[in-house]
Amino acid sequence: MNEPAEPIPPPSLWDIFLEFLLIGAISFGGGIVAYQKILLTEKRRWLNDDEFMACLAISQTMPGLNAVNIAVLTGDRLRGVLGALAAAIGLLLPGVTFVLVAGILYLKNTDHHLANLLLAGVAAAATGLLSAITYRLGHRQFNHFKSLLIVFASFYLMSIMKLSLPMVLLIMVPISLLLFRPKAPKASKVSKA
Amino acid sequence: MVSLSVLIHLALTFGLLSLLAVGGGTAVLAEMQEVLHQQFQITPDRFLEVYSVGQLAPGPNMTMVTIFGFQLAGIQGALLVGLAFFLPSSVLCFWIGRLWNYIGETPWRRAVQNALEPISIGLMCSGVYAVGKSALDGPLTIALAMTAFMGVMYTRINPVYVILGIGGLGAAIKYWQPGLL
Repeated sequence: MNEPAEPIPPPSLWDIFLEFLLIGAISFGGGIVAYQKILLTEKRRWLNDDEFMACLAISQTMPGLNAVNIAVLTGDRLRGVLGALAAAIGLLLPGVTFVLVAGILYLKNTDHHLANLLLAGVAAAATGLLSAITYRLGHRQFNHFKSLLIVFASFYLMSIMKLSLPMVLLIMVPISLLLFRPKAPKASKVSKA
Repeated sequence: MVSLSVLIHLALTFGLLSLLAVGGGTAVLAEMQEVLHQQFQITPDRFLEVYSVGQLAPGPNMTMVTIFGFQLAGIQGALLVGLAFFLPSSVLCFWIGRLWNYIGETPWRRAVQNALEPISIGLMCSGVYAVGKSALDGPLTIALAMTAFMGVMYTRINPVYVILGIGGLGAAIKYWQPGLL
């Protein structure tokens, strides 16, 4: 009460769980990060824009799904390790429940001609969706020779040379880090504007 | 009863995939398909079916990994795979996040992100390639994929409707006109 610097009291673990449960349940069709941005910074005001962008940047640098990483970082900021746990579980629970019920029904049911037809159509559509997402995320990279080289080399080693993923990363990460290392004194802008 | 060695193998496999998922789940799709095929006898076709179920799920569609766990080792397998795939990367992110609060933004964080981005795009292309190789088996599926691509690129329709609509359309065509295309 006598801390005017802290306008909003930290939410309870239950609040955090419910908010992320909501995000996990309504964010159909990818773009979960966008839902998180709106719900966490605009509706709830648990993070300001700067804090959200910092969480997003760390999430993108670290392995794992961006949406899950953002949940972990936001939960930790609000309520420490339990907050992180509540946020991640809330985010994943609706999806896990859905895929398990659907998956079990599918595996248990022997006659699923129609389901197979639908899944085949969905798989084809998903290939298109995945290409579109890859293009959207990657189109900046395609305009720079250095980036394009890394994109192509990673794809080539993985899909054409059929190396294992650990091997691809072992080869590509050092090369890419060398190419993109921070430039000493006179810093010039790298790839992204 | 599932043997302990299968459970350990599953946990290690998905735990490793978790830590290798630079730039998100799509980056490990190709590797996951390959490993499940080689070491757990899950065919690329089954992989694709499970992946498609994930596309229809709310939230992160990589929750579909739990289905592989269920298929190989029942409910305990589903839980194990879920934990193995989501916990390691989350714990790592948690600690790095805390570390960042002490260190603050450095030129190296930006550099690491810039270096990883093109790699993860390349790996995403491998994911598209792996999924597409089994999903696109004729003119019809190729047409469906291209329609979905256009739908996502040039309209603002929620992708899940695009996927459902086009998937349903494909199923309807194959159901009523199995000979067509």
